[in-house]
Amino acid sequence: MIYFDKVSKVYSDTSIALEDVSFAIDQGEFVSIVGQSGAGKTTLLKLFLAEEKPTSGSVFFESLDVHSLRRRDIHKLRKKIGVVFQDFRLLHTKTAYENIAFAMQAAGKTDEDIKENVPQVLEVVGLLEKSFHFPSELSGGERQRVAIARAIVNRPDVIIADEPTGNLDPLNVQEIMGLFKKINELDTTVILTTHNKDIINSLGKRVITLEKGRVARDDKKGKYVI
Amino acid sequence: MLWINFKRVIKAGFVNFFRNSWVSVATVLIMVVTLSIIGTLIFGKAVLSSVLLQLQDKVDITVYFKTDAGEGDIFSLRDYLAKLDEVKEMQYISRDEALAAFRGRHAENNLIIQSLEELGDNPLGASLNIKAKDPEQYESIARFLESGSFSIIDKINYRQNKVVIDRLSNILLASKRLGTGISLFFAFIALLVTFNTIRLAIYTSKEEIKIMRLVGASNRYIGSPFIVEGVLYGFISAIVTIFLFYPLTFWLGPLSEKFFGGINIFHYYLTNFFQMFLILLVVGVLLGTVSSWIATRRYLNA
Repeated sequence: MIYFDKVSKVYSDTSIALEDVSFAIDQGEFVSIVGQSGAGKTTLLKLFLAEEKPTSGSVFFESLDVHSLRRRDIHKLRKKIGVVFQDFRLLHTKTAYENIAFAMQAAGKTDEDIKENVPQVLEVVGLLEKSFHFPSELSGGERQRVAIARAIVNRPDVIIADEPTGNLDPLNVQEIMGLFKKINELDTTVILTTHNKDIINSLGKRVITLEKGRVARDDKKGKYVI
Repeated sequence: MLWINFKRVIKAGFVNFFRNSWVSVATVLIMVVTLSIIGTLIFGKAVLSSVLLQLQDKVDITVYFKTDAGEGDIFSLRDYLAKLDEVKEMQYISRDEALAAFRGRHAENNLIIQSLEELGDNPLGASLNIKAKDPEQYESIARFLESGSFSIIDKINYRQNKVVIDRLSNILLASKRLGTGISLFFAFIALLVTFNTIRLAIYTSKEEIKIMRLVGASNRYIGSPFIVEGVLYGFISAIVTIFLFYPLTFWLGPLSEKFFGGINIFHYYLTNFFQMFLILLVVGVLLGTVSSWIATRRYLNA
């Protein structure tokens, strides 16, 4: 479903983010990408989201070469992908409800759909009673749950989570990871990057380990080994 | 689909406008200043044009006849002139009328009245006041009269007056040009300030725009609410400005009438209300739209 084919990303001679990276991810997999800071985890996700172009190689989503898209067509790709970030990236001028509704509007959903689905996902992440709070009125864990609700509301095929628990305390980390597991059980592919050893070890899912821009290990039931 | 998006974009524009109320107020204020400068430019042009028109109206040719010229000769010349295309109207002042007017003017001055008494005879000649249809045509009328075939003519005052009037209208024309230049310069600066204010307002939304792109919104869907906001800025500013001119011209109206003579800018404001509003509206909305468009395009392509 997702295929990285000999992808390299070179910013400059002294800064090589990715080098000859190849792997494939199937529908419904839960893949963790681990590695030290600067190992290329975030670059990998950026390449997949067409935020950046690879220096060589190509990235496929289903049969589509991601980087053959024109700039103004990139949004069509992103509609199929849910994204969650360490810094939440919510629209701070919009309420929790509106943040989620915006993703649906952007995908061209009808008003009826929006009225029905937004409360549903808010309930899934346990924030129905805080629907009309602005992000500044929510805690870190709550913001991340809004971000997850936004990512899943359009029922994407893939969820990308870039260090989603990086800014959260242990209790919130467990809750958030619980949500991702639930999402994955519904056959949505989840790609997660993280530093957190405990998360990886307790998941017991596929782990791709990056080291200095190269794939060092790719284990079906991986542990965090660095 | 298109209709739903249209509705959403309009709504988002309005919501953004009111949620960022401080930014909106600041932008509207700046734009009001810009539109006021443009409005003042329009008023200034109207005042100067009316003063110029009045001045041109003051130009005429007065032909003074010799005291011994017979009225019959004068009338035949008048009738001849009346047939000319260039002449709009003429006023004949007979010797007696001229004397009466002279006496009236100097009724206070005993010396002059006494000298007149002593003179016994009427020293003043008859005169003919000629107005042309077009100021350009005085030259040809004057030349025709000066051509020398009329022995009854004492003098023609066109040349002396012309110098003064020409100089005055030159000064006015120059000040009109200078005024327009200065106003255009200020209007340009005001436009730049407004443009940058809107850019700054959108700069604060830079992160939001990035996030919207990440969650899969199309560029048009992200950018359009900003355009709506720009239109709103222009619309509200135009309304504020046009109503700001009401008390302003009401107060300045009598002053302008006294100072420049003729035009009362309050009346001008009232009679040209819709035309002016339209100009301000078009400038405001255009400015808002174009600024928003340019500013968002930058972040959408970043």
